[in-house]
Amino acid sequence: MGGRDTDIVLLDENGIRCDGRKVNETRKVTIKAGVLKNANGSAYIEFGDNKILVGVYGPRDVHPKHMSDTDTGILRCRYHMAPFSVGERKNPAPSRREVEISKVIKEALEPAVMLKEFPRTAVDVYMEVLQADGGTRCAALTGASVALADAGIPMRDLVAGCAAGKAADAVILDVNNEEDQAGQADLPIGYMPNLKKITLLQLDGILTPEEYKQCIEIGIDGCNQVYEIQKKALQDKFFANGEKQ
Amino acid sequence: MSDGLIIDQLKRNQILDLLKEGKRVDGREFDESRQLTIDLNVIPKAEGSARARLGDTEVVAGVKIQPERPFPDTGDKGMLICTAEILPIAHPSAETGPPTPDVVELARVTDRGIRESGMLDMKQLVLEKDKSVIGIFCDNAVTDHDGNLFDACSYASTAAINSCKIPKYEMQDDAPVKVEDQFTEPPVTTLPVSVTMAKIGEYILVDPTIDEWSIMDARITITTNSDGNVVALQKGGHDGFTAEELIKCSEMSIKAGAKIREIIKQTK
Repeated sequence: MGGRDTDIVLLDENGIRCDGRKVNETRKVTIKAGVLKNANGSAYIEFGDNKILVGVYGPRDVHPKHMSDTDTGILRCRYHMAPFSVGERKNPAPSRREVEISKVIKEALEPAVMLKEFPRTAVDVYMEVLQADGGTRCAALTGASVALADAGIPMRDLVAGCAAGKAADAVILDVNNEEDQAGQADLPIGYMPNLKKITLLQLDGILTPEEYKQCIEIGIDGCNQVYEIQKKALQDKFFANGEKQ
Repeated sequence: MSDGLIIDQLKRNQILDLLKEGKRVDGREFDESRQLTIDLNVIPKAEGSARARLGDTEVVAGVKIQPERPFPDTGDKGMLICTAEILPIAHPSAETGPPTPDVVELARVTDRGIRESGMLDMKQLVLEKDKSVIGIFCDNAVTDHDGNLFDACSYASTAAINSCKIPKYEMQDDAPVKVEDQFTEPPVTTLPVSVTMAKIGEYILVDPTIDEWSIMDARITITTNSDGNVVALQKGGHDGFTAEELIKCSEMSIKAGAKIREIIKQTK
């Protein structure tokens, strides 16, 4: 959060953000489960202008074999951005940023997935960012949980993702690309709504202890909203007539 | 993994049994860091350096400074980049070769803590706008690994950057030229300090040792600045935290971090 110089007004006098949202409002989120034929589970998520496709394979044999664990299944995650997903072409080779995000998403999903049910196997989660607009890690995590559930893998809870942050001295929900570049702080959260546990948490930028508390509270709020959309995506797929079970 | 599994399980049971009695394996309080000692200027050829020993974890940070062409979108700011690597001498499990995800994370979390705190006033490190700026590179080498490399790298980096001497450069014919034997102090605005906490069962422990690290459920690294504000966070591990635990962790970080910051200040 360098607070990069910009002409954009992040928050106007009426408390409206650069994309027309209020401070405590998320972008529009749509999720569709079961969009790929070959994958065991899949999801397509649009989180504002982010467009991410997630495919899940497994539980399946582990290659290379030495990675397998006799005591538990393993979860492997790859977060990857397409070269055309951002303004300037991104080198398709995995960057250090992508390696780190893959790791934090893996550690955000692990508490939810009942891996002990599948010793010696791997569950592979591939997240392909087709278009990026700030908050891709939360969006990818959100889509990944739906894809895992779509694959029928036993889970304790879904993990919903949504960032909180600070821009123009205000605590805001769901930081977009402009706010990420020119704002003061970005605090992505991954949250299991039923177990009330935060499984992904990072921060770039400066927050007072009071703002930190507010960000966590508002971020959990955002995750709860995203969670409802995740559930709806699964209901829409498995109960085609939309009837709730 | 599976070879060590039984040993890890025994280790975990023993550590948890002790925690239930309010004790840690090395006798520390739950919110107490290991002893930190910092030696400055251990590498005279570097423009700044520090060896940080956190218990038996040891990190050497070296600062090299040279003029750089700025990034197109930040031509009015100097450059500050921190890296970290675990040397193969540091632990039997450390390997040569390309960095593992753990090492990439270590380097990025170390860099984020320094960068996001705004430790240096980067606007003061410009030689000529859009043409040439001062580049400060702080590289951390882990030489002995006894757990919690995040904090050891944070302390070594902060101490090394805080005590570095910036060589003077002058622009001649559009190129920076070093002025021999003239140095300026780094434009330090705040001292970022990270505090990493491990969650084991229901317990939260500041500055885990390698044994605690190997059996923990989750961890959180919280970096604070001199004003007691939070500047960077990183959660890791295969479990989560409740919101209440995270508030408690931030308070623990501010408190433990203040003590560490005093040690770094006094070593200058």
